Amino acid sequence: MVNKRNLVFVTAAVLAAILVPQVLTMLGEEYLIGTASRIAIYGLAAMSLNLILGYGGMVSFGHAAYFGVGAYVVGILSFHVFDGSSIMGFQGTDAAVLSWLLAIVISALVAFVLGALSLRTSGVYFIMITLAFAQMLYFLFVSMERYGGDDGVIMYNGRNSLPMVDLSDDTSFYYVCLTFLLAFLLLFVLLVRSRFGKVLQACRQNETRMRALGCNVRRYKLAAFVIAGAVAGLAGALNANHAEYVSPDYLHWTKSGDLMIMVILGGIGTIIGPVIGAAAFLLLEDFLPLLFDATGFPTFKEHWRIVFGPLLILVVLFARGGLVGTFSAMRGDHER
Amino acid sequence: MYLFLEQLLNGIQFGVFLFLIAAGLTLIFGIMGVINLAHGSLFMIGAYAAAVATEWTGSFALGIVIALVVSGIVGMAIEFVIIRRLYDRDHLDQVLATFGLILFANELMTILFGRTPLFLNVPDALNGSVEIFPGVQYPLYRLAIIAMGVLVALILFLIITRTRAGMLIRAGSTNRDMVAVLGVDIALMFTLLFGLGAVFAGFAGAMAGPLISVEVGMGEQQLILAFVVVVIGGIGSVRGALVGALLVGVVDTLGRAFLPDLLKLFMDPASADGIGAGLSSMSIYIVMAAVLIVKPNGLFPVSVARH
Repeated sequence: MVNKRNLVFVTAAVLAAILVPQVLTMLGEEYLIGTASRIAIYGLAAMSLNLILGYGGMVSFGHAAYFGVGAYVVGILSFHVFDGSSIMGFQGTDAAVLSWLLAIVISALVAFVLGALSLRTSGVYFIMITLAFAQMLYFLFVSMERYGGDDGVIMYNGRNSLPMVDLSDDTSFYYVCLTFLLAFLLLFVLLVRSRFGKVLQACRQNETRMRALGCNVRRYKLAAFVIAGAVAGLAGALNANHAEYVSPDYLHWTKSGDLMIMVILGGIGTIIGPVIGAAAFLLLEDFLPLLFDATGFPTFKEHWRIVFGPLLILVVLFARGGLVGTFSAMRGDHER
Repeated sequence: MYLFLEQLLNGIQFGVFLFLIAAGLTLIFGIMGVINLAHGSLFMIGAYAAAVATEWTGSFALGIVIALVVSGIVGMAIEFVIIRRLYDRDHLDQVLATFGLILFANELMTILFGRTPLFLNVPDALNGSVEIFPGVQYPLYRLAIIAMGVLVALILFLIITRTRAGMLIRAGSTNRDMVAVLGVDIALMFTLLFGLGAVFAGFAGAMAGPLISVEVGMGEQQLILAFVVVVIGGIGSVRGALVGALLVGVVDTLGRAFLPDLLKLFMDPASADGIGAGLSSMSIYIVMAAVLIVKPNGLFPVSVARH
């Protein structure tokens, strides 16, 4: 699969991603570096969803829950540093390494519990249950008055601190996000091609047969679910740092929908698809309103979703492979 | 004790709403195999239609009737244009396409009516309260909702078990292809059934209008609760939807009303309030998890034919 053309393409894409801040600075559009960071963060989250959605065939409609839990871990730890109080006997922390690690571990734990429950079912039950559990966590955070309830937690101490890297600098922060994104892209390529990945995909294609072969299907699915939850938690932790703010909105069910749209828009079941989907989604979100304003439809500026909704329906009905699929079809590839 | 009785009735009344939404959802999934996220939008459309029509005509009853007609027509139009193309697709496509529908519907309502909620008054005839037990006053309107819900459940039960259309619905849920082969116009039946589900949702929305503010996004909160109901009751089972809806309605209402006070017996008031609030907002999901552990296919499992 790694042929020469792909290698050239990947190298070019990585180089382009590395040069983004320089190019934007040259163009005098530095504020877009933040958007680039968000693309990397949401790309990571969408990629994690794609592991269970695209490769595992598990339609989870509650993926924002893990994104939000990871973000809240960072937000709450930072809150206790600012507040000077302790949480269950422990001090809060501003250290990136510790709080991000905790974000990963805790969202993995939550994913383990909720995944073990949800995976008792399949099909449409699974969709409804993952959605319901995500909503449960949403209401849990809304009811936590200590951490701002509806309003969420503002990280008054700013972004976490990392040795030798100044995260408060947008360009450095972008490179941190990009490093995580590239590292996990590589990891996911290896994961999907490993025995584990093969079994996971086989479970999607024919679960009954895998079970007949003596494979413990639920255990594999749960493992994938936990990995996806953990990575989403990391993405959430990064996003909390990006925004310096965490609120229940991170876990809102529409956020889960957004992540799903990113996966589909980019190309489900492809490695790079979700990242492209995240870029397309976030750029559309930023520029569709401007586009409507500029082309003489100012009414749609605020209401761009009235165009985006039907657009989504059309993509689902007619462009199933997403952007990656369409691009491959144009190149004449016949992969997948 | 009186307070408990009052809250219990509130819970039942909430359950009736959830049943009206969940019944359509579960029928549509059970028979057509489609998961329809836009069902909550039909609830919203019903509420808006009732609010606007009542404003125009000055009659709440007329407003309800118009709301039923509007939500039924919108429901059938949605089925005809979009849902119809999703029957043979997987659930993921259905979720995404109907999610797109929600975005569209919510934005359209925002453009048409703005972001300020509309208010609908309780009709004069149903205003006031009655003494249900010596010393217990209960709002007449909420009682009317409970009565309406029982009536609708009864009608639905009679349609499904006693009429030819109901027989076709039951047959369709077991084996759709067989029914089609026997010469029944399945496409028409699905459109009508979808319209019926839409009418229920719209009816719930119209009745809810005077109790909750009519605003964009009001349907989605109900939709997710209706999902919980359907999961508890068993997908495709109307009886399950009824039991699940009452269970969720009562547990949620009683939890919110009494859990903090109950916890105060064990812990200091400040933390009891905090934990109570958190726990009561999670209560129905905990019930759902418990049901799942005992009966993964819901309380009234229905064997749905694989489409």
